[in-house]
Parts: sequence; structure tokens; C-alpha cells
Amino acid sequence: MVGTTIKNHEAEFNVFRSRIIFASLAIVIAFSLLAMRLIYLQVVKRDQYYTMAEANRISVLPVVPNRGVVYDRNGEVLAANYSAFTLEVMPSKVKNLDQVLDELAQIIEIQPRDRRRFKRLLEESKNFESLPIRNRLTEEEVARFAVNRYRFPGFDIRARLFRSYPYGEVASHAVGYIGRINDAEVKKLEASGLSSKYKGTDHIGKLGIEGSYEAELHGMTGSEQVEIDAGGRAIRSLAKTEPVAGNNLRLTLDIKLQQVVEEAFGEFRGALVALDPSNGEVLALVSKPGFDPNLFVDGIDPVNWDLLNNSEDKPLNNRALRGQYPPGSTIKPFMALAALENGKRTPEYSIVDPGHWMLPGLARPYRDWKKGGHGVVNMHKSIVVSCDTYYYGLGNDLGIDRINAFMTPFGFGSKNGIDIDGELTGLMPSQEWKQKRFKQKWYAGDTIPVAIGQGYWLSTPLQLATATAILANGGTQVTPHLLKEVINSKTNEKRRYKPPPQSELSFKPEHLNLVRQAMVDVMLPGGTAAAAGAGAGYAIAGKTGTAQVIAIKQGEKYDARKIDERHRDHALFIGFAPADKPKIALALLVENGGGGGGTASPIAREIFDYYLLGKRPDVAKRKPRDYDLGPSH
Amino acid sequence: MRPTTIVERAFDIATRRLDGPLMVVIVLLAAISLTSVYSASGGDSFDRTFGQLRNFAVAFIAMWIVANMSPQTLMRLAIPVYIVGLTLLIGVALFGEIRNGARRWLNFGFGTIQPSEIMKLGMPLILAWYFHKKEEGLNWRDYLLAGFILMLPTWLVMRQPDLGTSILVFSAGFFVIFLAGLSWRILIAAGIAGLAFMPVAWNLLHDYQRERILTLLDPMKDPLGAGYHIIQSTIAIGSGGVLGKGWLSGSQAQLDFIPERSTDFILAVFGEEFGLVGTLLLLCLYLIVIGRGFMIAMNASTTFSRLLAGALTMSFFTYAFVNIGMVSGILPVVGVPLPLMSYGGTAILSLCIGFGMLMSISTHKQLVSS
Repeated sequence: MVGTTIKNHEAEFNVFRSRIIFASLAIVIAFSLLAMRLIYLQVVKRDQYYTMAEANRISVLPVVPNRGVVYDRNGEVLAANYSAFTLEVMPSKVKNLDQVLDELAQIIEIQPRDRRRFKRLLEESKNFESLPIRNRLTEEEVARFAVNRYRFPGFDIRARLFRSYPYGEVASHAVGYIGRINDAEVKKLEASGLSSKYKGTDHIGKLGIEGSYEAELHGMTGSEQVEIDAGGRAIRSLAKTEPVAGNNLRLTLDIKLQQVVEEAFGEFRGALVALDPSNGEVLALVSKPGFDPNLFVDGIDPVNWDLLNNSEDKPLNNRALRGQYPPGSTIKPFMALAALENGKRTPEYSIVDPGHWMLPGLARPYRDWKKGGHGVVNMHKSIVVSCDTYYYGLGNDLGIDRINAFMTPFGFGSKNGIDIDGELTGLMPSQEWKQKRFKQKWYAGDTIPVAIGQGYWLSTPLQLATATAILANGGTQVTPHLLKEVINSKTNEKRRYKPPPQSELSFKPEHLNLVRQAMVDVMLPGGTAAAAGAGAGYAIAGKTGTAQVIAIKQGEKYDARKIDERHRDHALFIGFAPADKPKIALALLVENGGGGGGTASPIAREIFDYYLLGKRPDVAKRKPRDYDLGPSH
Repeated sequence: MRPTTIVERAFDIATRRLDGPLMVVIVLLAAISLTSVYSASGGDSFDRTFGQLRNFAVAFIAMWIVANMSPQTLMRLAIPVYIVGLTLLIGVALFGEIRNGARRWLNFGFGTIQPSEIMKLGMPLILAWYFHKKEEGLNWRDYLLAGFILMLPTWLVMRQPDLGTSILVFSAGFFVIFLAGLSWRILIAAGIAGLAFMPVAWNLLHDYQRERILTLLDPMKDPLGAGYHIIQSTIAIGSGGVLGKGWLSGSQAQLDFIPERSTDFILAVFGEEFGLVGTLLLLCLYLIVIGRGFMIAMNASTTFSRLLAGALTMSFFTYAFVNIGMVSGILPVVGVPLPLMSYGGTAILSLCIGFGMLMSISTHKQLVSS
């Protein structure tokens, strides 16, 4: 037994020894292979690799193209570039950033705001990016830094192009802004194969025209071969491909008109869209309050961002495209036309308005805004005095699906196709919609408030403006747009905006004339906007409206004085002028402005006066516009 | 001869269990590592160099402690180490932290650990123990069970996914089985089966792993993407020539063209600055370590010691071969550090614990035989 164990041990050891010898051989062969590979690389191919290592010192740098300039329709500059010095840092190359910044602050002014913005950039950026700390250095600061540069490795001064928006807040929602490219945008660029086009570019259009015409504005990136020294700094240029500047844009916007509108709004929140009714060119697109786009260009600092983002006034929200409000009485002219075209009303058909209306068989009264009613009301008068009772019956006779079918071609309930992002659809209700949304059938009672622009119906100021333009031009569907033409930066060749194919809505001329004439009379004595129309010297067609913010209980009386300001009604106005040959059509909304006749229509008048007569509003004569406290429609 | 003075006694305690030749080469390699890490950190910062010095100090202490354990103690530790390693690997699969798209780390609140590192030592330990116990007459069932002990952790590491480490864990265990005497017929049959399995394995690989193998075949295909590592490191090594560009003077290394230059790709820095002379010297030092390891294995008195020493030595060879092959462009980039050279505490620690085991086997043998 002992003998065999020893023998086994011996046999086992012999196997082990042979395996070790085999492994040793394999290892020697493997290391010889490695040695041969190293000899091949370091002796045979040495010269070739040496040259390649030297060539590594030649670096190809992107040359960023100038971004296109944006002009208004009259050639006023809305967005331009200027060159300035910035102090930048590669955070990965600096160890104790805070301390170094303190030292730097003794040479160059660095405000707390700059630091906050820098911190935010740092959190959002990747390691090897160069980030700006201070922009717009003065010549003196540049010189002072140059002398002290050796103390601040990783810091450098660079000449850069900056975007500036000379009009600041004016038209900020339309023009938009550029900002630093973020991770999501990097991925999007990669996915669309544009990464190489954006090498060296660190800004991209985010909003408005800057965002939607990014492809036109950006231009073609050039490249430059440079020799770099051991520190990675470029010493001399070897070859260069010039970049091609981005194309310039001429907008349809009239920035002077836009300014007049924004001044007219004063402290009010709200939105206005003014169109050229013949072709859908946007003359003014206002959302109040606005914001200063210049704040965003180099990364907004957190304090300003919080101010903008958390403000109850929501200045970043483009109300003109994204505000969805009940259109209120402004849709009465459209409802009247719908009834005429569908044969549900004749111009002469009259009612005696008792101040309320009841659905046959139901005891619940739908009230008119005017207690006691308007007396005998025909279609013309229903628009001039904005009689609710007339439309309750009219809407009931039409039915929701006919209303929906008539309103949809005007652009209600769908995007109007304006050439900047963010448009919302609003809501044009129908039986089908309610079934889908609430799994409920449509009741006759649902139609009644829709007939006066309340209930489920929601529209954006843009939709109201588009619809008004169609009414003004006699039925040509227009696509609202901000771009007039693209101007090639090299050849100066002009490429005009091409609207999508438009179709005509055909209305009987006598129907259209009746509605338009009633709208003209709205602005004359007896109409709801008579005060705003007084002494114009040209004919204005208009319609006021009020949109309820909170529901008034049965039997309760609306009293603005008792209601929190933000719960007061919104004031609306649509209109076009001159009424016979319209050059401008607009829709506007004043949030919590009370009745439309009181706050909204005077703003419209100032705009018509300026655009048609060149008359600047006389600020001194402007009445102190208190909230219109009566429920005027 | 018994030590007399306190100093002599202290020196004896400190060095009694250390293996002279191994120690000399390891310290030499550590010195080369420190100079290269210093150069790889741009030559203007001591942070990484001091970090690496600390890594070596910690690892040497661990090595000394393990060297002072007897092989019998190591054998007793085999099962606990394997079980702990396996449990943690399962833990990783269930609750592991994801970094860079791979689930490799376990967070214990006080710090994260990578359980696959434990398996690099746990695997040869358990299999050496297993074959030691089965000394008499091995049959195919024993090998099958050994295969299971080997494949379970390998599979767990591979699916993390960590191809590099799973190869190392697998090879450490495979070397034990090979040295234990698995017949050539089975080895060749397994080899052929493995080749036949290749197309299936290809489908099991992650996209980025396939990408790496493909770019190895043609690095120029994507010079700014996946092939960048290989191209830049071969340029660095090749441009070093016979004598090298001199310490701190490699343009590839200093201008930041070499990725991961202080960790996996440190050979590129070393090869550029010290040339063929340097790289061949490094190969020689590695060969000395391997030769000494095999000597210790041949002189070991028990099956456990023999198999463990042999397998640890062959694993060391594997680390060196895979890394140099990868950096010089003949093997795919799988993320294996260069042993005793690359910056990184965990790898140096587990290597030195392995050397501690070798030294324990080397110095305790005399006591048994005398």
C-alpha cells in the first residue's frame, strides 16, 4: 500500500514535471513572439512610426463659420455677431479651481454672477471642453492676463464671435436665441450625421427662428491644418479651407410695429399675432412678458434662470403659440357665417332676447352677459352688441359636428404651420373627440357654451389671427410664417419663403359682407368697441371677446372687484383694417384684462394707427387703463 | 545559527519568509513602474506616483503576511475564499453597481469592490485543494466537477460583462487542471470543441467586444474611434526605436496621444521613452519571475503547493502576455493591466498576494523536509 502511494506520487510528479516543461516551452515561444513583434515595431518599422509620431504634431482644427444675420422686413438687425475676447479654462487641467479663480479675480474682474454661470456650465459639460469664465474682456484686462498667464496653466484668452440681440426683449419669442450645445443635441446631431459640420461650434439655435432655421444660419465649417508645439498650442498654419458663413434671413416681422405692440401692452400679460391677410406674413408676434435672449447666449446663470423659469408670469412660455384660451365672443362672426352658409339662419331672422335662453325641455337657463337682454336682435345686431342669447339658439340648431366642420378649415383645433417650433393645437371639440377623450356621448347642452366660444373650445392667439386673416381676405387659407427670404451669404441670391399649397374656402359674398359690415359697426357708436374705434379716419372691422377664467356659479354675479386678479377674465380682440382692403389682421389677448372692449381693443387701435398711418401712440393722452370692471363683450 | 541581536532578529522575522530572487525582481519592476507612472502623468505631478507608491506599500505588506502563512493555512482558506468570491459574484449579478455600462462593482457603503478580483486567486486555490484531496486515481467525473467549479465563476464574470477578467479567471483555473494531468486527448478534444463553439460565442459577445476584435483586425477602419487606442500605442512603441526617446521625452506620451497611458497602456509610454532595450529588459524580468515561480513549483512538497505555485506563475505569464500583446497590436483590447507596472491598487494587491503564496510555498518547504 505504502509502496503504491509512493509510486503514484512519483508518477504524478513526473506528469507535473512534463507539464511544467511543456508550459515553459510555450511561454518561451510566446515571449519570443512578443519580442519579435517589439523588434518589428521598434527596429524594422521604427522610421515609419517615428514619422507618424511627428505627424501627430500636426493637428487639424475646425474653423467655425459666422452665423447668419437675422433682419426684420425693413432690414433692421434682430440678431447679429460681434467679436470679443473671452477668458476660457479647461477644467480638467486645473486642480484647485476655486482657489485659482480667487487668484484670477485679483487680475480680472469676476463677478459672483460669472461664477454661478460657470458652475452651471461645469456641471453640464464634459471633461475636456474649454469653458468661458468671463466674456467681453477689455483690452486692458487682456493685457493684464497676458502678463500673468504663466501663473494660470489651463487658462487662455480667445477671440470669439458672440451672438447679440440688439432689441433685447422685443420679439424674443419669435427670434428665439442660441445657447451652448447640450448632450441631447449632441446625440441628435450625431444621429443626423451632422457632427462633423458642428466640430468647433459650441452654440446652436434653441428657440424661435434661431432654432427652426438652424440649418440655414449655421453655415459650413472650414478646417485649418496647424503645427502644434509640445504644449499643444498652434504655432503656424499650414493649410486652410475657409468656412462658408451661414445664410442671412429676412423676416416678415416689422420690429418697429412689434415695439409699438409691446409698449401698448405695458405691464399686462398676454399675446398678439398680427398677419398680412393676403399672404400670412407675420407682422408682429408678441408674448408678454418676454425675456432677454442675450442672457442665454453664454449659458444663463442660475439666479436669472430661476427668475425666468419659476416666475408666475411664465415669461418663457410663448403664449401666442402655446397659450390655449377659450376664444369667447370673438368667434361670433365665424358662428354667424357658419349659420348663414349652412342655411340655419337668414340675415333677417330675429329673436326677442329676454336675457337668457333655455334648451327645449330643460329648465336650466343659459344667461346672456347683459341682464334683461338686448331686445329684438337680428344677425347684424347680434355681432355688434355681442348677444349671447342669439348664439345659444344658433349653436343648438347647427349642432357640434357642423360647427366643427366649418371651423376646422379656419385653422381651429390644429397647428397652423408657423415656421417656429412649439405651436399647440388648441381644441376644436366634436362628438368623436368627446367619445375618445371622456368615453361619453356629446350632449346638446355641451354645444351651447361652444356657440359663444366657451365650453370645450380652446384656441391659441395664433389660430384666432389666422382665422381672422382668412375672414379678412375673403376665404384664402394662409399659412402664418415669419420668414420672408433667405439671403445667400456668398452670392447674395435671395430665396423667398414658399408657402404650402393653399386652398380657397368659398363663401357667398353677401354672407361675408354681412358679417364684415357688422364687425365694422362693432367699432362705431353702439358697438362693443366704439370707444376704441372713435375718430380712426379709416374703417376697422373688429370683434371683442371675454374668456372666463373661473366659472361663475348659477345666480352669482361676476364682480371683478371681488375676484383675485389672476382669476379675472381674459380680454380678447380680433380685427382687421382697413375694412374694405385689409392690410393687417390681428388677434390679441390680455390675460386677466377684464372685458375685451375695455382693455384689448385700445391696444389694437394703437397698432392699426401705427401700421396704417405711421402714427406713434401718444403716450401722454393714453387713458390710465384700469381693468374694465364691467362685463363688456 | 540562531540570530543574536535584536536588529538581527527583527531582520530575520522580516525576511525569513521572503524569496530572495523573486523579491529583487519585484522591487526592480516596482521601480520601473514608478518612473513610468510619473512620466505618464505628464512629468509635472506626483499625485499618481505617490498613489502608486502607496499601492506597492500596501501590496508588499499583504505579500509579507501571506508569505508568513503556511501552505496548510492557505489550503484551509481555499474553500472560504472561493465561497465568498462566488457569493459576491452572485451579489454583483443581482445588486451590482453599473459603471460604464458594465455591472462589476458591489457597493458596501464604505467602498466598492470588484469580486472578480477575488476569484483570480480563489480559483487556483480551490482547484489546487480539490486535486490535492483527490490525489488517488483521478477519473473523468472528477474532471467534470473541476470543470463545473471552473466554469460557474467564469460565466458570472463574463456576463457582467468583463471579457478580460473572465479570461484571466478561466485561465488560472485551467492551468491547475492542466498541471494536474488532464490527458492530452481530452485537452485536444476540448480545444476542437472550443473552436467549433466559436461562432456561437461570437453571437454571445457584446457589440463593443465584437467591435474591439474587428478593429484589431483592421485598426485603420476607425482611426478616430475604436482603432484609436491600438494605432496610437503602436505608433508610440514603434517610434521609440532601439534606445527610446528618453525619460519624459516621448511626444506620444507627453502630448496625451496615448489613451489610458498610466493604466492599461503604460507599456506604450515605457516603450516610447526607453525603446527596445527597455521593452526587452521588461520581458526578461517577467521571464525571471516565471522561471523562479516554476522552480518553486518543482521543489514544492505537496500536490496543493505544486499546483498552486505552477498555476499562479502561469497566470502571471498570461497577464503579461495579454497586455503586451494588446498594446503592441497583436491581441484585442480586453482591459488587462500590465502586471506590476500599470497604475492601480487592486491588480497590484492581488498579484502580490499571489507572490506571497509562492513565497510561503518556497520558504515553508525546507521546514517540512528538514
